[in-house]
Amino acid sequence: MIRLEQLTKRFAQKHGQSVTVVDSVDLQVARGEICVLLGASGCGKTTTLKMINRLITPSEGRVLIDGADTRDIDTVTLRRRIGYVIQQIGLFPNMTIEDNITVVPRLLGLDKAAYRNRARELMALVQMDPAHFLKRYPKELSGGQQQRIGVIRALAADPPVLLMDEPFGAVDPINRESIQAEFFALQRELNTTVLMVSHDIDEAIKLGDKVAVFRQGRIVQCASPDTVLAEPADDFVASFVGHDRILKRLLLVQAGSLAEQGGEPVLSEAASEAEQRAALGERRHRALPVIDAAGRAQGYVATGRAGLQPFRAIARADEDLRVVLARLYEHRLDWLPVLDADQRYLGRVSQRQIADYLGAPV
Amino acid sequence: MNAQLILDNLPTLLWGAYPNGPLGGLALTLLLASLAGLGSALLGVAGGVALTMWQGWPKRLLAALVGFLRAIPVLMLIFWAYFLLPILFGVDIPEIATVVAALALIGGAYLAHGAAAGLAAVGRGQWQAGLSLGLSRWQTLRLIALPQALRMMLPSFVNQWVALIKDTSLAYIVGVSELTYVATQLNNRTLVYPTEVFLFVGLMYFLLCSSLQLAAAHWSRRLRVA
Repeated sequence: MIRLEQLTKRFAQKHGQSVTVVDSVDLQVARGEICVLLGASGCGKTTTLKMINRLITPSEGRVLIDGADTRDIDTVTLRRRIGYVIQQIGLFPNMTIEDNITVVPRLLGLDKAAYRNRARELMALVQMDPAHFLKRYPKELSGGQQQRIGVIRALAADPPVLLMDEPFGAVDPINRESIQAEFFALQRELNTTVLMVSHDIDEAIKLGDKVAVFRQGRIVQCASPDTVLAEPADDFVASFVGHDRILKRLLLVQAGSLAEQGGEPVLSEAASEAEQRAALGERRHRALPVIDAAGRAQGYVATGRAGLQPFRAIARADEDLRVVLARLYEHRLDWLPVLDADQRYLGRVSQRQIADYLGAPV
Repeated sequence: MNAQLILDNLPTLLWGAYPNGPLGGLALTLLLASLAGLGSALLGVAGGVALTMWQGWPKRLLAALVGFLRAIPVLMLIFWAYFLLPILFGVDIPEIATVVAALALIGGAYLAHGAAAGLAAVGRGQWQAGLSLGLSRWQTLRLIALPQALRMMLPSFVNQWVALIKDTSLAYIVGVSELTYVATQLNNRTLVYPTEVFLFVGLMYFLLCSSLQLAAAHWSRRLRVA
């Protein structure tokens, strides 16, 4: 757990006036959570981050890690317990990937076999072949690969806290998506507490358990991404998260979780057509899915159309609602069946359900 | 053209009276340049590191000293070292040592600024990355900044060394019998062959400097591949 109490930074300017860059910031992030510090350039979020590992000395306030005041810990020890991924990745071009990852344990003369194994383990976690990459130099790697190594290097010493300063900004949009997903899985596995600076609201929604919106050195709202989107604290937060903020909430829900709430009946493949027709009843435009004995969706029967109809489109349980909605519009459908990885039918997601979710408060 | 004159005096031009007397000629030029080159490189790196790591008045003092050394002619410094040091400290310093010291000081002053600029060019990101991993300032300098900066500084080092080779000719002023001094003597003795003598001297300096540049180009290509 990490806690910032009244953290403040003032800089003296040339003509004697002082500027408060970070103003009495209070923030608490529980163990294993990701907190995204969100804000425009120059709002003090990077300064806040750098005060945690004392790259910048705070003017006032304190930082507690697992309850211990970090002012009582010497700077070098503190920094070895806090991983840091800097903006421009910051791999050392004069060292191989392995030397980059193991620079500190090597310097401390720790057990060589142990830290080399750790490097290999971490690389395997991000799907990079250690045998292929460890002896290479950073410039021989793509931007995305360098970014992965940057994260691994910061995690090599198993720090309880990881600070990240716009970590995925230098990666192209296509790679960014997969690296973010990969990082999220890695973070959940290692249960590291993460503070991440970002100006990308989509990134904050995707990765954050918590979003702290900064403005002029202060936190104006600190809440779950869904709350920030649904109930922004003021006009600044509302305009920062975007006027389409309600639509962004679509990213926060997966099709699977909405499908399980739907109470529509399903028909068995074994039932006769007459039985199926009877179940459809007299309602117009009604359609019901048909499943086999293993629960796999076979298609649907609908009033006014004879026989079993194949699905024109489906939604996978792990797809977010934005993807689902796009597909509904693409095929001009009212609902989609939601299937799990084994093609089993979980329920349906309809346009109506999505509208209800978006309109409802958090 | 009297090539025979050069051929007859070739041993004197190349290594002076050695082994029957002191080393001189081209060999002494090489020796002076190597020692001064090495000295200037060490002083330059040390000065650049100090300019980067020191703060406050020690840094300003060093910057002033470096500025002073760059602002005076090499010849003046050689004179001062040669005439003043024995008067001030009562020690008799051999001419060769004065010349090497003067050249190394001035070369070092030039290189110190180059080295400081190289260290700055490594960038704040690299420093922050090193520091945030829990390296001390000196460890970050040694393991991260300096190895990268040295690579970038190679061209300005070579520049300085080439200038140094040519500046060794100034040693003739205090009677060190390096190439230029020996050649001047030969010219004075024979009187009518300055073209041959000084063409030969020019050719020697040209060969020395060009081979250094070629070697450096080869070396930096290898560095880039690595």
